Amino acid sequence: MISYPFDYVRPESVEEALEHLGGDTKILAGGHSLLPTLKLRLSAPDKLVDIARIASLKKIKKDGDEIVIGGAVTHREIMDSEIIQKHLPVLSEGAAVIGDPMIRYKGTMGGSLAHADPSADWSAMVLAAGGEIVIQSKKGKRTVPATEFFTGFYSTALKDGDILIEIRFPVPEEGTKMTYQKFTQPASRFALVGCAAARLPDGSARVAFTGVADAPFRDKGVEEAVGDWSEATLEAAAQKAAEGQNINADHYASEEYRLHLAKVYCKRALLQLVN
Amino acid sequence: MSNKYIGQSVKRVEDKRFITGKGRYTDDIKLLGMTHASFVRSPYAHARVTSIDISAAESMPGVVAIFTGDDIKETGIVGVPTGWQVNFKNGDTMKEPPHPLLIATGSTAKHIGDPVAVVIAETYAQAVDAAEAVEVDWEDLEAVTDPFKATQEGATLVHDDSPGNLAFDWELGNPLDEVNAAIDASAHVTTLEFVNQRMVPNAIEPRSYIGHYDEVSDKYTLYTSTQNPHLIRLLMCAFVLGLPEHKVRVLGPDVGGGFGSKIFHYTEEALVTWASQQTKRPIKWTETRSEAFMLDAHGRDHVTKAEMGFDGEGNVKALRIKTYANLGAYLSTFGPAVPTYLHGTLLQGLYTTPKIHIDLCGVFTHTVAVDAYRGAGRPEATYLLERLMDLAALEMGKDPVELRKQNFIPAFDGVEQPGYQTQVALQYDSGNYHGVVDKAMKMLDYKKFREMQQEAAQNGKLLGVGFSTYIEACGIAPSAVVGSLGARAGLYESAQVRVQPTGKVSVYSGSHSHGQGHETTFAQIVADKFGIPMEDVDIVHGDSDAVAFGMGTYGSRSLAVGGSAIMKSIDKVLEKGAKIAAHKLECAADDLEFAEGKWTVKGTDKHIGFGDVALTAYVPHVYPEGLEPGLDFASFYDPANFTYPFGCHIAVVEVDKETGKVKLQRFIAVDDVGNVINPMIVDGQIHGGLAQGIGQALLEGAIYDDYGQLVNGSYMDYAMPRADDLPMFELDRQETPCPHNPLGVKGAGEAGTIGSTPAVVNAVIDALWSGGHKVKDIAMPLTGERVWRAMQSS
Amino acid sequence: MSKITLKVNQKSHSHDVEPRTLLAHYLREQLSLTGTHIGCDTSSCGSCTVHMDGMAVKSCTILAVQADGSEITTIEGLAPNGQLHAVQQGFKECHGLQCGFCTTGMIMAAADLLERNPDPSEEDIRHGLEGNFCRCTGYHNIVRSVQWAAKSMSELVN
Repeated sequence: MISYPFDYVRPESVEEALEHLGGDTKILAGGHSLLPTLKLRLSAPDKLVDIARIASLKKIKKDGDEIVIGGAVTHREIMDSEIIQKHLPVLSEGAAVIGDPMIRYKGTMGGSLAHADPSADWSAMVLAAGGEIVIQSKKGKRTVPATEFFTGFYSTALKDGDILIEIRFPVPEEGTKMTYQKFTQPASRFALVGCAAARLPDGSARVAFTGVADAPFRDKGVEEAVGDWSEATLEAAAQKAAEGQNINADHYASEEYRLHLAKVYCKRALLQLVN
Repeated sequence: MSNKYIGQSVKRVEDKRFITGKGRYTDDIKLLGMTHASFVRSPYAHARVTSIDISAAESMPGVVAIFTGDDIKETGIVGVPTGWQVNFKNGDTMKEPPHPLLIATGSTAKHIGDPVAVVIAETYAQAVDAAEAVEVDWEDLEAVTDPFKATQEGATLVHDDSPGNLAFDWELGNPLDEVNAAIDASAHVTTLEFVNQRMVPNAIEPRSYIGHYDEVSDKYTLYTSTQNPHLIRLLMCAFVLGLPEHKVRVLGPDVGGGFGSKIFHYTEEALVTWASQQTKRPIKWTETRSEAFMLDAHGRDHVTKAEMGFDGEGNVKALRIKTYANLGAYLSTFGPAVPTYLHGTLLQGLYTTPKIHIDLCGVFTHTVAVDAYRGAGRPEATYLLERLMDLAALEMGKDPVELRKQNFIPAFDGVEQPGYQTQVALQYDSGNYHGVVDKAMKMLDYKKFREMQQEAAQNGKLLGVGFSTYIEACGIAPSAVVGSLGARAGLYESAQVRVQPTGKVSVYSGSHSHGQGHETTFAQIVADKFGIPMEDVDIVHGDSDAVAFGMGTYGSRSLAVGGSAIMKSIDKVLEKGAKIAAHKLECAADDLEFAEGKWTVKGTDKHIGFGDVALTAYVPHVYPEGLEPGLDFASFYDPANFTYPFGCHIAVVEVDKETGKVKLQRFIAVDDVGNVINPMIVDGQIHGGLAQGIGQALLEGAIYDDYGQLVNGSYMDYAMPRADDLPMFELDRQETPCPHNPLGVKGAGEAGTIGSTPAVVNAVIDALWSGGHKVKDIAMPLTGERVWRAMQSS
Repeated sequence: MSKITLKVNQKSHSHDVEPRTLLAHYLREQLSLTGTHIGCDTSSCGSCTVHMDGMAVKSCTILAVQADGSEITTIEGLAPNGQLHAVQQGFKECHGLQCGFCTTGMIMAAADLLERNPDPSEEDIRHGLEGNFCRCTGYHNIVRSVQWAAKSMSELVN
């Protein structure tokens, strides 16, 4: 297996990287989404722009009341980060169920979000954690809420000439609880169905799914039904999971079974938050 | 004779090179001037080649040569043959359409990946780039992939001259009317219709070949990731390319797993060998994993209806089987033998069933060839029998273990008591079937498990236990017997034991090790028999120039057949050595005894060492008259019978009530593989076999869609067991010696795979019954969805 | 072509490579370090695992140009001077390998696991090796090999 030929550049800064974009260019971070597609000759970019070593994209920091994860931060760095473990432990725990140890050392949250595989783990967690995606182009920076970032099957709000530079999360209020529950696809280990859920101190919920439909989504129907967070209410809320979604089907899960799994994992996630 | 090594878990000799990265697999070999091959393959399962245009590709950088099916056709090379002929019931000859090396214009590709052209280039990347520039026009045709559907009226034909897509039909056992009558007279008949799904072998080393023609010596060398170098040489020389066998050397260096898939002679082996003669350059081809999924012969794929009749007391009275066996598009090397003589002959199982009949169709489809995959036919037979037994027990309200035991063939050692003649052509060598079950049940603690299961059910949890017993025919096989059944080759083994002048020993074995540890096990035997340190023994294998001949490694035959050949040569060495020793000690050879590496005159302390005798053989100054110098013996061993390992496997599972997901909690295996030379290696063989059998039950299975596309042809889609899918295995052993080979060994390579699959499925069914879901069967692999659906529908 | 300079098993190398060259290809073809194997094309099997700047990575999913300036350790350099690393020894002691093909990647992954978690539970080991396929051993003896290595390393420390 070998890709089509391409050029390779490794700019030192985001600004320099932006100069390279255009035409059939692809951005390379960890490479764990991109390189497999190149090796299988599913795409043929002219040039790869390697952003993995741009220092400004490698940081995890607390910026006022926000947690900022740089676009080239790896799964493993998130897993091990003290800042993340302290403020957003769901991301640290969630990182641990992505791929395998080798993939976690190289794959990045930014790359995963930009690739927008409909079964990727991060998307659900970022949605449930209220994340925002910061995008930079030559025109400047813009911030897109995660809820508006995923636009369809492998497609996002990113346009040609954009670089995903940060993912920002509000520092959760004291008492916030979050969890990520996943039914693993037995071959790829992606999420056949993944449900991330957050319980906020005011009693509201954020519930998001991956693996269920063409794109990850926040599930308002469930969120509005959590009520008093009693077990019975949560079980009823979970029954609303993925209502109105176009459910995916493949040889591991038909539409019917996938929807069933969405309900089960929704329930498990919600119950996790009350204990 | 005392054994210092035999029976001991001696650490493996071969490990050092593998753990340090110094193993030498075919893809690791670089030859001077070596070029690289990449194939142009059919994207369709069934399509006619209407034109091939290589003009653009020819001018690409680095291209050395391009060959198409048209070029091959011109040479008159027809293709690769099968090694086994199974004729129709009415005596008509088996249909054996050609399997061409490359598809020519006007001909049809018959499965995804069927090759049309090959590009040879200076680098791998250049070969891949140029192969993509070869333009092929295709006429896409209808495809059929299911073996039952392929036989039905109106199904599209894979080969024009094979009506109904039949390669052959075949039957075995008692006359059908007798079996029908016995079924009709049964008090209870248990019936199962099921698919034993298609498995992808997935040796982690992809196949790799280097063809190297040397103009000066007019000699061909093929490096190949094979399980049997000599058989590849024979097939390639005598049937495919017509090359002079003495001018062809086939090397099987370190091989990264085979599990059957590397037994067979593949078109690419012949092609790189032939093309190297054309280009006068060495050519390497290593398949990608995507190619491996498409091209390496798959396993299993049976569509079966099975009926088992019982009398009022639960005694098995009859077994009637109808099976459609998928052979794929072409007959692979052992393709016809697997569903017939390696499957139908095992339907007696461990039971005294008096009437058995199997009727089987060998069917062509637009899929890659199906051939031997770990167990080969025997897992299919065992699955069928052991599913029926468990289901019958549930249906009749009997205990599944007691029902089996009630029907077991009583113990026999094959010496005092004769072997057991089955209704399906085999004579079992020795067995004690109750023994393995009793041991396994003790390990399980059955009573306690049933209590736990009840308690779990009360707490809303589904626990289940599943049983399986098995017998397999290994150590294949007596040449005359397999010859009468259609084998086109003998199935003996050769071994040469060369005692060097200094008393060191080189052993040349026709068996081939690709993970089994022959370099250790064989050395243990030789060292003990000669009373010398293991370090003084070297095992040479995998080189047709060094080893006289060989039939290779598969069917758990290496120790039983290859080891026995070594034993024959050892005996010859000791016999001649005794003559030399007697001469030196001035006594009769009969007055000597050999032990601990020396010949001693009985009743005295006069002795001479093994090394001294070896030196004398090569420096024969004081030497028996008329005796040839040297101490070097070759032997061929052709076994008297198959060997028959057997065992009892037990699985314990928990089923997630909400999702249907199965968690394997425990796996117990008590196997009787005859005498054991290296317990550590035998346990390792069992472990690996279990993982593959469990994989079939829970995770694996190739899926072709109606167009013949392989839906799950990558590791992202085809699930195989990973470390966290399996528990620690609980093993024990019983040793009933094989009565007909000198080591008393039976073979351990396939036992784990054969026994484990039905145990797991039975356990899941048991778990569902414990929760009130009276499910008869669930199709493998038991994915969450399938188990969930089974619960929903019951 | 791009020029890369990197350290492999403590030795510096500098080569011009095509950007599409995978690190695994570079190690095997250019440096003849054939202990790093390639078993798949989807980053699934782990046979190609090496250490890059102290982390176990899949060298079939990293371009050689991405490794420019890095320090790589392959199985050939895991234990210098003809000695065996505890994990290598463990695999031999516990029959953690059969055909040997996945073994080198498995050892590199296990060495990384123990580096970060010197006292892993059976579950930790199984979870930690989920990126490596073995088709021969059923993982039973691989788990035991890693346990052996963990014990042996802790005895060295204490």
